Amino acid sequence: MSAIIILLIISLLVAGGFLLAFIFSVRNGQFDDDYTPSIRILFDDKDPESEDRI
Amino acid sequence: MQLTDTKITCYHCGLECEEEQIEFDNRAFCCNGCKVVYEILSENQLCEYYDITKFPGQSQKSKHKSSAKFSILDKPEIKSKLVRFTNGTETHIAFFLPQIHCSSCVWLLENLNRLNAGVLSSRVDFTIKEISIIYDESKTNLQQIAELLASVGYEPYLNFNDIASKKTDTVERGLIYKLGIAGFCFANIMMLSFPEYFSDGTVDHQLKTIFNYLNLGLSLPVFFYSASLFYRSAWAGLKRKFLNIDAPIVLAVVITFLRSVYEIVSGTGAGFLDSMSGIVFFMLVGRYLQDRTYRKLSFERDYRSYFPIAVTVKTASNEEENLPITDVKVGDRIVIKNHEMIPADSILFTGQANIDYSFVTGESVPVRVMPGEIIYAGGKQVGSALEMEVVKEVSNSYLTQLWNKDVFNDHEDKKQSYVHAISRYFTVVLFSLAGLTAIYWGIYDSSRILNAVSAMLIIACPCTLLLSSTFTNGNVLRIFSRNNFYLKNATVIESIAEADTIIFDKTGTITQTGETKVHYIGKALLEVEKQQIRTVTNQSVHPYSTAISAYLPKVNSLAINSLTEVPGFGLEAKVDSTLIRIGSANYLGVNDDSVNTAGKVYIAINEQVLGCFTITNQYRSGIDKLIQKLKNHYSLLLLSGDNEAEKNYLSSVFSDESVLNFNQTPETKLDFIKNYQAKGKKVMMIGDGLNDAGALKQSNIGIAVSDEINNFSPACDAILAGDELKNLPTFIRYAKATKVIVMASFVISILYNFIGLSFAMQGTLSPVIAAILMPASSLTIILFTTSISSFIAKIWQMK
Repeated sequence: MSAIIILLIISLLVAGGFLLAFIFSVRNGQFDDDYTPSIRILFDDKDPESEDRI
Repeated sequence: MQLTDTKITCYHCGLECEEEQIEFDNRAFCCNGCKVVYEILSENQLCEYYDITKFPGQSQKSKHKSSAKFSILDKPEIKSKLVRFTNGTETHIAFFLPQIHCSSCVWLLENLNRLNAGVLSSRVDFTIKEISIIYDESKTNLQQIAELLASVGYEPYLNFNDIASKKTDTVERGLIYKLGIAGFCFANIMMLSFPEYFSDGTVDHQLKTIFNYLNLGLSLPVFFYSASLFYRSAWAGLKRKFLNIDAPIVLAVVITFLRSVYEIVSGTGAGFLDSMSGIVFFMLVGRYLQDRTYRKLSFERDYRSYFPIAVTVKTASNEEENLPITDVKVGDRIVIKNHEMIPADSILFTGQANIDYSFVTGESVPVRVMPGEIIYAGGKQVGSALEMEVVKEVSNSYLTQLWNKDVFNDHEDKKQSYVHAISRYFTVVLFSLAGLTAIYWGIYDSSRILNAVSAMLIIACPCTLLLSSTFTNGNVLRIFSRNNFYLKNATVIESIAEADTIIFDKTGTITQTGETKVHYIGKALLEVEKQQIRTVTNQSVHPYSTAISAYLPKVNSLAINSLTEVPGFGLEAKVDSTLIRIGSANYLGVNDDSVNTAGKVYIAINEQVLGCFTITNQYRSGIDKLIQKLKNHYSLLLLSGDNEAEKNYLSSVFSDESVLNFNQTPETKLDFIKNYQAKGKKVMMIGDGLNDAGALKQSNIGIAVSDEINNFSPACDAILAGDELKNLPTFIRYAKATKVIVMASFVISILYNFIGLSFAMQGTLSPVIAAILMPASSLTIILFTTSISSFIAKIWQMK
């Protein structure tokens, strides 16, 4: 019985972690543009200093 | 050097190099503009641009480096409207760059900091063709950035609208949050409900209670947050005394929640929380798919989107100064250069005005305006610079008055989908059944009334009706957009299916923009004469001249000794010692007694008239077939702002002269449609340009035809790519099929409802049956609607 309670808490924590990750990624704008990243990933990084950051 | 079929193509843009060909760095360029862009990039080791995509550039040949007036960007009042964020040192700005079209564009624009060290970061959003730049205020400014973008071939598209209203962040994140949270809660409630459903009574009662309360906790965000969208929509409907489909859904959600809370708190059961969150989740998915708007397109453009951001004004001390268009006052002296738009009604002061009103009226030939005469806003000057005095403010000019008409202020969307009407029948039937059940149990076992009735309202939620329409519409919108037919929203599909009258505009809609057909009638021309004529027409920017130049064989130009152009009439030039005169019948003194003299250009060499070129619009391919196909089912009409020059051809296409209407103004077009609607007709207007703006807005469904989807289309319900116009009959048929699909899936959902109701009426609906029926019916509907609609699109050979 107590083992189930502990597992329950762990499972909810894991699930909650994913929920937080989801909320963070929406807030971060990762869902705003679902096309450009697919282009961007194919570029060679010849000049590491020019890496963009947002 | 790029050699293909012995034709030399430009290294930058891939266009064929014609007579002008510039060599640089062992590479060929079609024009100086392309070469300059290459030079900038090669100096900065950015030539990878040319490796990612072949010919990534856009031809700079026809670019009129319109003194783009970037100097005003750094004026505080303009800057504050444009920037998204600034802290004094770091500033965030976004520009719309319609030229973005390939991955090379993305690569170059995201490496802007190698061209200007003041740029801290640049990010491209490909779908909406926008670049977000963060720059260092101490190192650079807006003007420099805009000029830099223009210098590499990506001139920011700035317009009056950008400064007239502050931009807001349009990204709709709320729905994504609601969807994600509903999905999360649904899955976890489902998991925590399994012990309740599948245990054979061995699960500890205390543990069950814990699970139930956890479920209750997880359902709160779904009930109060995720579902709030439906509450708001239902309330908005009720306020307007309209019972939409969301109202019965809200009722079902609320009853399910309350009964579940009651069961859990009283310890009598596990409730139906998984069904409730599942319903909300699936409905949100449907909403998301249906409402996913085309971010890159704007359906609400008005004249402000077309007007430039700034205009050159002459100050009292006779100096030229760039002013934001909002600051232009009556009495100001403005200077308009070649290919610039006139922003306000003005009186011409000096200069040779040759105004192209095609944008406003649909008239394809430039109009000659004399000093002292009025030039209306929206016209474009073709030729040398003009000086004029503003007589009306920008917002009061002849063109913009169209937007003061009632149609543009009536924001309420009166169109209501048939889905709502069906849901009302559904609700009536459900309530009568619930009433009967209550009476039945009232007689036999009154303790079961509440149980049976509430179970009925839970299981017979009209949410499957909503799923049927949202998933079908979502998929149909997606298939339409793959075919370059972009609809504003889902109700437009119904409007298309219902239309019974189709009205076409001519210029730019059924004709191909910028393309003309040239015929020569008269004495056969010698090669040398053709060369001489082309030499002369090359000197003029009049569309007839450019059409003739394009028609004649491409050869090197000869030397010109003298040239006079009488704008609106013709050209006179001496090539070597030959006198060449090209122009209208009047200008050459030819006696042309045919009714139509428009589109005829006569040629005289050494005062001897040889013949004439007839220049007609090039119609889009497949137009006659399109008209033939539509003619049997719709009443077709043509409303054109242009003259009657092509009446003969068009009456053969439409095979009826009475439906052709020429010389229409934007207002008469609007009134014309109003008249038809007064007769009870459902009008579909197909147009382009600002002259159709009123008609598009007034019609039941306004479709804007555009060759550059991302740029210029007036306010409308749908945007259609020009070369897809010929497929319009298929699109209409598909829109009609959509309704059939939705109806068929309604039938399926009603079958499921019967099963559920039969349990509920007996008062034996257990949570596990609800938990199986609900996802099963939702998934059936989703699979049915999407696969059928995709299948039909496939057999009708849509993309």
